[in-house]
Amino acid sequence: MHRTGELFGQYRTLEQQKETANLGMWVFLVTEILFFGGLFLTYTINRHAYPTAFGIGGNMLDLNLGFANTIVLIASSFTMAMSVWSAQTGRKKLVPLLLIATLALGSVFLGIKVIEYKQKFDHHLIPGHSFDITYCSNNPSACGLSGKALDDEKKEIEEGIQAEKQNPSDSDQSGLVALNSHAQLYFSLYFGMTGLHALHMIIGAGLLVWLILEARKWRFDAEYNTPVDNVGLYWHFVDIVWIFLFPLLYLINRHLA
Amino acid sequence: MAEHSEHIVSPKIYAAVLTALLIGTVLTVQAAKVDLGRLNIVVALGIATIKMTLVILFFMHGKYSARRTKLVIVAGFFWLAIMLGLTLADYSTRHAEPSRSQLNEPPSSLFIRS
Repeated sequence: MHRTGELFGQYRTLEQQKETANLGMWVFLVTEILFFGGLFLTYTINRHAYPTAFGIGGNMLDLNLGFANTIVLIASSFTMAMSVWSAQTGRKKLVPLLLIATLALGSVFLGIKVIEYKQKFDHHLIPGHSFDITYCSNNPSACGLSGKALDDEKKEIEEGIQAEKQNPSDSDQSGLVALNSHAQLYFSLYFGMTGLHALHMIIGAGLLVWLILEARKWRFDAEYNTPVDNVGLYWHFVDIVWIFLFPLLYLINRHLA
Repeated sequence: MAEHSEHIVSPKIYAAVLTALLIGTVLTVQAAKVDLGRLNIVVALGIATIKMTLVILFFMHGKYSARRTKLVIVAGFFWLAIMLGLTLADYSTRHAEPSRSQLNEPPSSLFIRS
C-alpha cells in the first residue's frame, strides 16, 4: 500500500504510476462488466421467453421510488466526480465534504431500496412458498390499491392468466400457476440483480468511509489523489449498472399500466 | 510512453453531464409510458447507452485516459458483446424453420400429425 504517493522504483514518473493504478482499476471493472453482463443476459433470455409475466412483474414495482433512486444515484456520481476534481485542483478541505455528500446520497439510495424490499415482502412478491402475484388484486386494502389502479391490475392479471395458458381450453387455474411461476422468475432476477447492485453500493460506502477518514488528514491533493480517483471509477461503474437496471426492471410494460 | 500531464475536467462539464443524465432519466420514464410497440425497449436501451457513454467519457475520464486504458475499456465491451451476441444468436435461432433441403424430403419425418 502506497498511501503517501511517493514514487516507487518500478515507475519512471508519478504520472506513469497513477496511470498504472487507473489501468488496474479498469481491468477490475471489465471483469465486473462481464459479471453483471451474465445477469443481464439471463434476464434478457427469460424476459423474451415470458414477456407477459415479466411485464406484470415490472408493473408491480414502485416507479416513483425507482425514479427517485435513479436521480439520487446520478447526483451521488456528480458529487463523487466533484470530489476528484477538488483533489486534483488542491482544494483539500472540499474533498471530505464532497465525499460525505456522496456517502449520504448513497445511503439514501440504500434506504429507499430497503423500503421497496419491505413493500415486496408485504405484497407476497418474494419468490418462494408464499409468492402470490394476485395478492394485491385480491387484498387491495393491504396494498393501498383502489379505483383505476386496482381495476387495471385486475385486468392485467386476468389477461396474464389467459396468455399463460398452454391451450385456450385449459383451466384458469393452470394459467394462474404458470403466471405465478414465471412471475417468480422475474422477481428472482429482480432481487438477484438489485441485491448484487446494493451489495456493490455497500462496499462502495465502506470505501467512501475509508476515503473520508483519509481525506480528513488532508492527504489528497493535486500531487496524490489516486485512491479518490479509483474509488470514483468504482462508484461511477455502480451507477452505470443502475442506469441499465432501472429501465429494464421498472419500465418493461409501463405503457400498458 | 504517453507522458502527458493529468487532464482536469472542469465543474462546468460535470454539471452539464449531470443535467444531461437527469434529462435522460425523465425522458426514459416518459417514453416508457407511450406505447411504441417493440420500439419501447429500443428507446429505453438507447437512452441508457447514451447515459452510460456520458458517465464513462466524463465522470470516469475515459475521454482523457491514456490510450492503453482506452483499449482496456473498449476490450471489456467487446467481450461483453461476444457474450451477449453469440448467446442471443443461439437462443433466437433455436427454433429455426426447416431448411430447404429438409423440406424436399418426404414430409413424414418432419411433420408429425397426431
